[in-house]
Amino acid sequence: MPEVAVRELTFAQAVKEALAEEMRRDSRVCILGEDVAEAGTPFKVLSGLVEEFGKERVIDTPISEAGFTGVGVGAAMTGMRPVIDIMFGDFLTLVMDQIVNQAAKVHYMSGGKWKVPMVLRTTLGATRRSAAQHSQSLHAWLSHVPGLKVVMPSTPYDAKGLLKSAIRDDNPVVFFEDKMMYRQKGPVPEEEYTIPLGVADIKRVGKDISLVATSSMVEVALAAAILLEKEGISAEVIDPRTTWPLDEKTLVESAKKTSKAIVIDEGYGRYGVTGELASVISEGAFYSLEAPVKRMGAMHVPIPFSPPLEDVTVPTGQTVYEAARAMCRKN
Amino acid sequence: MSKTADAVRIPSGVSTEKWLQMYRRMQMIRLFEEQVNELYTRALMPGLAHLYVGEEAVAVGICEALRNDDYITSTHRGHGHCLAKGAAPDRMFAELLGKEAGYCRGKGGSMHIADPATGNLGANAIVAGSAGIATGAAFSAKHAGKAQVAVCFFGEGALGQGVVYEVMNLAALWKLPVIYACENNFYTEYTHFKETTAGDVLARGEAFGVPSESVDGQDVRAVYAVASRLVDRARSGGGPSFLVCETYRYTGHHVGDINREYYRSKQEELEWKTKRDPIQLLSNWLIHEKIADERALTSIESEVRAEMQTAVDFAIAASYPKPEEAEQDVYA
Repeated sequence: MPEVAVRELTFAQAVKEALAEEMRRDSRVCILGEDVAEAGTPFKVLSGLVEEFGKERVIDTPISEAGFTGVGVGAAMTGMRPVIDIMFGDFLTLVMDQIVNQAAKVHYMSGGKWKVPMVLRTTLGATRRSAAQHSQSLHAWLSHVPGLKVVMPSTPYDAKGLLKSAIRDDNPVVFFEDKMMYRQKGPVPEEEYTIPLGVADIKRVGKDISLVATSSMVEVALAAAILLEKEGISAEVIDPRTTWPLDEKTLVESAKKTSKAIVIDEGYGRYGVTGELASVISEGAFYSLEAPVKRMGAMHVPIPFSPPLEDVTVPTGQTVYEAARAMCRKN
Repeated sequence: MSKTADAVRIPSGVSTEKWLQMYRRMQMIRLFEEQVNELYTRALMPGLAHLYVGEEAVAVGICEALRNDDYITSTHRGHGHCLAKGAAPDRMFAELLGKEAGYCRGKGGSMHIADPATGNLGANAIVAGSAGIATGAAFSAKHAGKAQVAVCFFGEGALGQGVVYEVMNLAALWKLPVIYACENNFYTEYTHFKETTAGDVLARGEAFGVPSESVDGQDVRAVYAVASRLVDRARSGGGPSFLVCETYRYTGHHVGDINREYYRSKQEELEWKTKRDPIQLLSNWLIHEKIADERALTSIESEVRAEMQTAVDFAIAASYPKPEEAEQDVYA
């Protein structure tokens, strides 16, 4: 541990600091979304930004997700660098044409002539007792689409560095924030830094099993790793940080080293991110694997409201621990 | 605020050169589309071809009121908009044939021609797909303070899409320099617009406080007059407007739409072609007003015809992109 305590910020503060720094650095960066100005969003992530940057750059919109996202696409093509705020990831359904048919395809369809340097920030994650239309993790849909980049930070440090890179990127980037993580604290240095998109992070080094986890599930994997350690199982926790571009090499190398892998993601398992990550590992590390790669994701149901129902729909430290222990044949 | 085109308003102070430019551009579109029809029926053009023939006065009347650095967005029936905004026919034909020399290096085709050099943000094959983009360009223009204007071309079929009204609301709230130019050719593919459109169309814009008017889209003089006024208004900070241009698509929804009598009569088509043809109307007037004589107009037509042939020859001779280019341009 360093002698001087590293500054700690919450996840929300880290996101806001990234936005503030980029808005100071580049006057083309602006924010569009519902209740982003004085309200600072329902999650209070953006509180204070309108005071510094004014209502010309922190812009409250009507509840017209498709409309203001489309405005973001056109603004990005013509010189701005908009950051679009979609309050809940569930509302992505309302902007799919703007993101999938417009933002993702403009550069390609125009033969590389028009660019869309836009960031769309939104949320994912269940267990907030918000029921089926405010709890989904729909990042797999967007990870499926060529032309988009998809970012899923799991710590305040990553959130800040990745968001700064996303804003500077010349492509449309969808940035998923776990809404349950906003108040969690973590070290964020005062000095400027960015984290490149497409570089995985080894959150914990281990040798017996690889736990490849995204966003909200990184913390779950780390909790499982602590339980596993008590039984003498050394788990490595890998966070891809971006589902696209995907750092396939780091995933495969870890699996080759440990010979066992579990992939954990809060999206639905079926046809989801876990399937893709498991496939990458299986194809790249097949001859080193001692067991099929296991996938753990949200239960294939609409997210229920009642706490005892909702809690069983997502992987937990305990369920990951049990799966990992079984895979390591220690039960 | 609503006005109908109860009288043809002929703009004053328009130079002979400008009128002839409009005539030339309309001929370019007409003869370009003739070549497209030919290329398509000879199976030289892959995909779909949605012809703009009959609607020339709309694109030309509006784009002649714009600066080169103003923006447009276009539609699946977009060749006319691109040409009217200044696109080169040879590179357009090349794009239609999927050639490397095309505006999008063959990646977009007929429905996606885009050209930053002429402010063309791109043709869009999602109905109303560019409503957000055009409004966003107006948002940028206002932010940058360059007094640019954006025109969003869309067909009356887009009146059924909610996003049009979302962005109209935004444009009105933020006083954005955007003109929503609705080309009402009366047929949403194969269905008459009366069957798909309730109420008064202009009232839809007026509900947002957006000045809304309609114009005879076959009369380039009237389109140019109203477009000039709305463009000036937008450029000087007056905000958005909604313009409905009543026009007619001479051919089918696409080139293969040949048997059309189940949705419109041959008599109706004939009447538009013989009585309301935008090129004929302009040329009659130019001759009557002695702005140009028949010989001068015929000479322009011949020049344009030759230019189109050269452009088609260029496109046919041009090379296809290499297969490995399929993976290029996905990301900037």
